[in-house]
Amino acid sequence: MNVRTEQRIAFTVLFACTLLVVMPVLVVLAIIFAKGYTALTPEFLFGMPENGMNAGGILPAILGTLYLVLGAIVFAVPLGVLSAIYLVEYSRDNAISRLIKLAIVNLAGVPSVVYGLFGLGIFVIFLDFGVSILSGSLTLGIMILPVIITASREALESVPRSFRIVSFSLGASRWQTIRHAVLPHALPGILTGTILGLGRAAGETAPILFTVAAFYLPALPASVFDQTMALPYHLYVISTQVPGIREDFRFGTALVLLLLVLLLNLAAIILRTRFRKKKRW
Amino acid sequence: MSTHIAVRDLSIFYNDSCALKNLTLDIQRNEIFSIIGPANSGKSSFLQCLNRLNDLHRGFRKTGSILLDDMDTGAIDVEELRARVGIVFALPFPLPMSIADNITYGPRMHGVRSKARLDEIVEQSLRDAYLWDEVKDRLDSQAMNLSGGQQQRLCIARVLAGKPEVILFDEPTSGLDPISTARVEETMVLLKERFTIVLVTNNVAQAARVGTRTAFFLMGEMVEVDETRIIFTAPSDPRTDEYVTGKFG
Repeated sequence: MNVRTEQRIAFTVLFACTLLVVMPVLVVLAIIFAKGYTALTPEFLFGMPENGMNAGGILPAILGTLYLVLGAIVFAVPLGVLSAIYLVEYSRDNAISRLIKLAIVNLAGVPSVVYGLFGLGIFVIFLDFGVSILSGSLTLGIMILPVIITASREALESVPRSFRIVSFSLGASRWQTIRHAVLPHALPGILTGTILGLGRAAGETAPILFTVAAFYLPALPASVFDQTMALPYHLYVISTQVPGIREDFRFGTALVLLLLVLLLNLAAIILRTRFRKKKRW
Repeated sequence: MSTHIAVRDLSIFYNDSCALKNLTLDIQRNEIFSIIGPANSGKSSFLQCLNRLNDLHRGFRKTGSILLDDMDTGAIDVEELRARVGIVFALPFPLPMSIADNITYGPRMHGVRSKARLDEIVEQSLRDAYLWDEVKDRLDSQAMNLSGGQQQRLCIARVLAGKPEVILFDEPTSGLDPISTARVEETMVLLKERFTIVLVTNNVAQAARVGTRTAFFLMGEMVEVDETRIIFTAPSDPRTDEYVTGKFG
């Protein structure tokens, strides 16, 4: 076999593998879209469920997911970014900081249902927040914390060391250096990580199962201590728990959830490319 | 002439290895004090000790003392010390912001807020670094787009903006072409009138061209220090002679 044929075979195999990776995504999208797009009417998106969820819309679930995502971000982003700054800029490289870093990496690998049980134990029962938006947001926030910390750390570490040295050499304090010479250049990476965390929080079912999600509610939640419906759980309920729900409603709900997550990821990608273009080192 | 920086029995260690041994030295006001020597001679370590930039290295430790105007540098607030003793690095490191913002970085960190005052600092610093005429029409454009030589003079201007007394040059022309090098050297000579300059250089000829006095460092020790003319014509130590005439190094 000559070099040229060998190369051609290698390319073909590599290309085929790449195609195989893309295929499932396209197929899933195509099926869900084909079966669900007929449900996407204004009434479905902005209406309350009626007639045992077989008519009306999914507004409470959409709003609920938005509340939960927003709540998770409010808790997780400040905490995650600030601790990443501490880990990268202040802590020395010793056994304790290595242990913390290891813990964060491992936290990312904990199954989401475990976070759900943890949230039930801590927030719902021990802190007595009840099954509520607050408990659910906190649980989701803890779940996406590792994603945000890891992304923020990588973003901070990718800022050239020379920026810090120059800033120090001009008489800036450590905090001024972080604030003016490091953070502005790490922000795009931090933002990207945040949006990816957001997408994850929007799509998870297990962490909200015991902490916030409601099977069916006749009214929208009035405060953070209320339960709420949420898209992933709603999808689970109408697909497996209630028999005879219209097919286009099930796929329509999946489509809305999928679009929401895709939209968030797309925003992350666009932001990242925009900032990369502006980068000059 | 009066002593500006007094170094007393200074030794520098990184973890357990010694980078500089028992250095005692006086640097006079308004001179260009140049330090020559091969790699690992401790000259850059010494330089970065003068504004305590070494403090950022893990495992750094020093013994002995450095006095700036009779005041121990350890007793001066480190942010203030670094404004008083500015440094220009081997590579120009503009921050990824506009020319004007680069210049005003130090003053802004030290609390200067007035726009008029900052504009004044920008113009004065750029004039002092002989860069004003080349960039005055594009002060708001990215500093990273300047040429290498212009970037290095921008870095000099940025140091000047902090109103320093001493300027450290750490091999400031090692990345520049001969014409840019000449411009930076001219700038140094003119700045000597108002500042004390400590120059570390790998380029022996550069020390001969601009140095008032020159010290020769070798393997963490100062072999010899004298008037530049004497170091290059009649050094007292044979190792100095061998180094400046290019027999090693």
